[in-house]
Amino acid sequence: MIIAERKPLEEIKNMLAGYKKILVVGCGTCTTICWAGGEKEVGVLSSQLKLASSGEGNELSIVEATVERQCEKEMVIEELRDKVEEVEAILSMGCGVGAQTIAEIFEEKPVFPAVNTTFMGMPEKEGAWVEMCGACGDCFLDRMGGICPVVRCAKGLLNGPCGGTRKGGKCEIDPEKECAWVLIYQRLEKQDRLDLMRKYYEPKNYGAVQRPGRVEAATA
Amino acid sequence: MNPKTMGQYKDREGLRQQQHRGCKMAIHFREALKTKDFIVTAEAGPVKGANTEKMQEHIELLKDRVDALNVTDNQSSVMRYPSLGTCLLVKEHGGEPIFQVTCRDRNRLAIQADLLFAYSRGINNVLCLTGDSIDVGDHREAKPVFDLDSVQLIHLVHTLNSGKDMAGNELDGGVDFCIGASATPSADPLEPQLVKFQKKLDAGVDFIQTQAIYDLEELKRFMEHARKMDGRVKILAGIVLLVGAKMAAFMNEKVPGIFVPQHLIDELAQAPKGKGLSKGIEIAGRLIRQIREEKICDGVHIMAIGREERVPEILEAAGLEGRET
Amino acid sequence: MSREDNKIVAFCCQHSAYQVANKAGRMRLHYPDNVRIIRVPCAGRVDVQHILKAFEKGVVGVLVMGCQEGACQHLTGNTRAKKRVKYTEDLLKEVGIDGGRVKMVNLAPDMAQRFVGEIKEMAEKIEGR
Repeated sequence: MIIAERKPLEEIKNMLAGYKKILVVGCGTCTTICWAGGEKEVGVLSSQLKLASSGEGNELSIVEATVERQCEKEMVIEELRDKVEEVEAILSMGCGVGAQTIAEIFEEKPVFPAVNTTFMGMPEKEGAWVEMCGACGDCFLDRMGGICPVVRCAKGLLNGPCGGTRKGGKCEIDPEKECAWVLIYQRLEKQDRLDLMRKYYEPKNYGAVQRPGRVEAATA
Repeated sequence: MNPKTMGQYKDREGLRQQQHRGCKMAIHFREALKTKDFIVTAEAGPVKGANTEKMQEHIELLKDRVDALNVTDNQSSVMRYPSLGTCLLVKEHGGEPIFQVTCRDRNRLAIQADLLFAYSRGINNVLCLTGDSIDVGDHREAKPVFDLDSVQLIHLVHTLNSGKDMAGNELDGGVDFCIGASATPSADPLEPQLVKFQKKLDAGVDFIQTQAIYDLEELKRFMEHARKMDGRVKILAGIVLLVGAKMAAFMNEKVPGIFVPQHLIDELAQAPKGKGLSKGIEIAGRLIRQIREEKICDGVHIMAIGREERVPEILEAAGLEGRET
Repeated sequence: MSREDNKIVAFCCQHSAYQVANKAGRMRLHYPDNVRIIRVPCAGRVDVQHILKAFEKGVVGVLVMGCQEGACQHLTGNTRAKKRVKYTEDLLKEVGIDGGRVKMVNLAPDMAQRFVGEIKEMAEKIEGR
C-alpha cells in the first residue's frame, strides 16, 4: 500500500495562512493503515490547528471528513459534495493521488497536502513501514528471489552487490539497512537457485512505463 | 589492436609523438599489463575548482614513476573537476591515464558520449565502476542516476569496442578500450561479492584494481578464489595511504568498502606526534613489498588521497623506486 | 486566568489511580478543587484525541494515571499510555503548549500521598502561567 507521513505542523500552518474556514479530509484506506491521514489523524490535526490558531488569537474553523478512498471520484463526491460549499480551502490527508483527485473534482477550491507520500510498502512491524516496490513497470521478482533490487538496493543495481557493502551485509548508505543483494543471495541460496543471481542482467528498460503512466483495461 | 580502429590513425605512434612532443612517453597500459612483472598504478585526484595547477604538478611527479595514472570521477560523491578533463591533462604531459567512469552521475547516453570523446583524444583505458552513493558526498540533495551498474558498463564498453552503440547503431569511428573493474576482497559477507566479481570477469576485463587491502591473508584468500575464476586477468591490490589513527578510524566508519584492521590503527596511534604520515608511508611500503616478494598478485594500485606528492616515498619504501615505466 | 478557571483533568485507571483517588478522599487529603477526575477502565483507553480535545475545551493540564509498570491488568495498557502521552507532549509542543502540561503517572492502589503530590505539582505548574 501507499505509505505517507504527516508534514510538520509548521509547514501545514504556512499553507493555510490567510484561510479562516477549511475542510480537513482523511482517507480510509492507505493513510489510515499507515497512521498518517485516517479519521483519527484528521481529529488530531484539527485539534492541533485549532489550538495553534486560537493561541494566535484567530481560531481556524474546521470541518472534518473522511472519504473511504480519496482516489475514487464517486466516493469523494458523495462524501464531500455538501461540505465543500462552506469552506475556503481543503486540506487533504490522503496520498498524492487522493489530494489530486479532490483537486480535480472541486477545482475552485485550493487543495493542500497535509502528508508527504513516501513509497509503496508494507508494515515491517506495528507502526513501522518499509519500502518494497517502486512501480517500475517491468517486474522481475521471479529472478530476484522475491526481493526487489530496484527499490531495496539503494543504487537500484540489477547486478549487485556494489563494493560499498558494510560489514555484516549492511548497506553503504545506512548501517541499519540490510544490503538487498546480500538478502537476495541468502534467499536464493535457501531455494538452491543461486544460478539466478549468477546470470547477467541487461540494463533496465526505463521506458517500460512511459511517464506519466496510463493503463487501460482491455475490457474497459 | 581492433582492426576497425587501425585505419583511424595512419601512424599511431606518429600521432602520439605529435601530441607529446618533448615529453617522455608512457607505453600503453595494455602493453604494460602483458609485459610487466609487477604493475604499479596510482591516482591523480582532481581538485574542486577550475585551477588545474596542482593536478598538473601531481601528474608531472607521478607519470614516469607508474605504469598508469587513474583519474577519479567525483570520488566519494564529492563534486570535482571531471575525470575526463584530468585524463586529457595526463595525456598532455605524456602520461598514461585510466579514465574512471561511475554510473552515479550519468546515464547510458552520456557515458557512451564521454567514452567516444575520450578515445578520440587518445585515452584508451577505462575503469568501470558503479560509484559511491550520493549520501556520502557533498551534494546530498542530488538525484542519483545509476542507469547502469558496473557489470553493464563493462558490457557497454565491449559493445562500443565492437563498433556499435548500445542501441545497435554502427559507430562512425570505433574505439578500442582496455577495460578495468574493481573488486572488494575484504567484503563481509564475501560470497555475494564473488558472484558479482565472476560476472565482471565473464563480461571480459583486462585488469582489476581492488578496494583498499590491509590484511594480506585476506588478499591471499581472495586471490585463491580469483585464480580459480580466471587465471589470466591482472589483479592489482589497492593500497590506500593512511595518515594517522584518526583518519584510519574515520575511513573505517565513513568510506564505503574500506576496512582498516585494529592493529594498524593501533600502530598508527603509537607513532610519535607528527609522525603519523611517515608511519602510514612505512605501512604502505611494507604491504607493497610483501605483495611483490610473495607474488600475491600482479601489482598494486596506490591511492594517496590528497597526498599525491608522497607517492614517490611510498614507492621508495616499497623498494620500487627507479623502476622503468 | 483565575484559579477557578484553570482546569486539570486526571484520567484515572479504575484498577489503581481511581482507587487511590477514593482513598485520598477518605483520608481527607487536600488537593486543588479545580481537578476533574475521569475514571477509565485502563490508562490505555486514553487516546491522544481525548487529551487534545481536553486542551481545546480549555483544560490546562492533563494527568494520565495508571498502574505501575509491569502491573497493568491489561498487560500493556500503561505502556501504550506512556507512549501516547509522550507523543501528545510533542504534538502540544508543535502548537506552542509545552512545559510538562501532560504527564503520565504510575500508581499502586495505596499511593494516596503521591496522587495528591502529582496534582499539586501540576496545579503549581499551570499557576505560573
